[in-house]
Amino acid sequence: MLNATDKRLLEEIADLHSIPQGAFNIRKNGQGVERNTTVNIDIITKKDKPGIDIIIKPGTKGESVHIPVILSEGMDDLVYNTFEVGAGADVLIVAGCGIHNSGSKKAQHDGIHEFFVRKGARMKYVEKHYGEGDGKGERVLNPKTIIEVEEDAVAELEMIQIKGVDRTVRDTEVRLHKNARLVVSERLLTYLDQTAESNITVEMIGDDATAQVVSRSVAQGTSKQLFHLNLRGYAKCRGHIQCDSIIMHDARVASIPEISAYHSQAELIHEAAIGKIASEQLIKLMSLGLTEKEAEDTILQGFLK
Amino acid sequence: MLELKDVSLTLVGDKGQVEVLKEINLTLKNKKIYVMTGPNGGGKSSIGKTIMGIFRPTAGQILLDGMDITQKEIYERAHLGIGYAFQQPPRFKGIKVRQILELSSGKNQTENLCDLLYDVGLCAQNYLDRELNASFSGGELKRIEIATVLARDLKVAIFDEPEAGIDLWSIQRLTETFVNLREKYDMTIVIISHQERIIKLADQIILVAEGRISGITSQEKILEDIRQLDSDCRCRKDCIGGGLKNAKCDR
Repeated sequence: MLNATDKRLLEEIADLHSIPQGAFNIRKNGQGVERNTTVNIDIITKKDKPGIDIIIKPGTKGESVHIPVILSEGMDDLVYNTFEVGAGADVLIVAGCGIHNSGSKKAQHDGIHEFFVRKGARMKYVEKHYGEGDGKGERVLNPKTIIEVEEDAVAELEMIQIKGVDRTVRDTEVRLHKNARLVVSERLLTYLDQTAESNITVEMIGDDATAQVVSRSVAQGTSKQLFHLNLRGYAKCRGHIQCDSIIMHDARVASIPEISAYHSQAELIHEAAIGKIASEQLIKLMSLGLTEKEAEDTILQGFLK
Repeated sequence: MLELKDVSLTLVGDKGQVEVLKEINLTLKNKKIYVMTGPNGGGKSSIGKTIMGIFRPTAGQILLDGMDITQKEIYERAHLGIGYAFQQPPRFKGIKVRQILELSSGKNQTENLCDLLYDVGLCAQNYLDRELNASFSGGELKRIEIATVLARDLKVAIFDEPEAGIDLWSIQRLTETFVNLREKYDMTIVIISHQERIIKLADQIILVAEGRISGITSQEKILEDIRQLDSDCRCRKDCIGGGLKNAKCDR
């Protein structure tokens, strides 16, 4: 059963106020607690290892799948989830992990998500990570995401982690086939002494594949962030990485974009910037009547939107 | 009414201390348009920023309707009814035109926002939901900046070179907006400008040079002076001597 804390975590990570419509699977402390399937979307528990297979029939339009994970005590949780998005389907998948750790033991969730976006399909994947609890136990999240985007298919990823998670290493690997498209938007905010590492590797192996990766982060307190965004073009393709960080207090940010072309018609661009909040922005908002703190919050909220 | 009494400003830059403003005395009345003009680097923007509280005077006093606001913070002056349209406004990633105008007006009324954008020559439909980011041209950004000041209920509105980057057709529209502001509201309007059309709006011209008020004059006088300079020297606009009477040249 879900208690009040669970419901709050669900709201944070999946924007869910109650049990969702459509297909869903809610996992709590290493156990599946509730599941719903639809005519077009099936969810099957894996037999050989912990995790589920989500199978979306070809041509499924406008449906969504929610697969939130919540941890409310110190434990290690490791899941393998496989998503099969059938040809021509158009779906929204919302994953996310919320940790409420009020104890002193470490709570860790490592998820390996593997996606097959079949020919001509469109998938929007939203992943939110959120941690809370006053205990000394660390909240650790290490998601690994592997995506195969087939011919003419589109994958749009929104990956958000705002405060709350103490240690994280995020690995994302994407392969784009002919005329496949990828749009990634990553948002990260760390504070206190948190550490976050994000490695994104995109391989464009088919002609006319396109990739756009936009990563924005804010590092506060004494937190540390490391970004390694890597774009590889093996065909006539276009790719753009943009990595933008606001650094505050005594935080550290390292941003290492990498682009490699293995084809004379690959067009790859990277941009990376790290800097403090521009004082002109603060002064402008203060001249509209906001205090310095309010101005700062408004700028950060916009930046991470 | 806004008064500056013996206001001096010293800033510390790369070259050490610089005396930017020297004993500025000004009285700016309600329902008047003041155009501040003068050579670049003369201190016009610094006067505007000192009124807004962005620079704090090293000496002197600033009074708003008799109240001493010299030590007030920027946001406190904003609440008291002072507004400043920046010469080079910043861009904001992730903040939409709608949000910045709502922050300015403190209200949430789309209808008014449309009027505001119309006043600066922009179509609300195309702009309200656009992010104020690098996709904005200099001129577009400038118009939004002016709109953020028009949105507010102000006692003193300062516009720093509002015409810069704005096409001639829109300057006409903008000048009408300034005249409307003067007529409709009990507002003191200060415009920093070199544009003839804007100078023609002025009830008074304030000449600023070398950190001082070098004169307070009428628009007729200043326009006559410009005509005089033009007739004395046809090369004035391109001349490094600025067409001054004592410039050394072969005319």
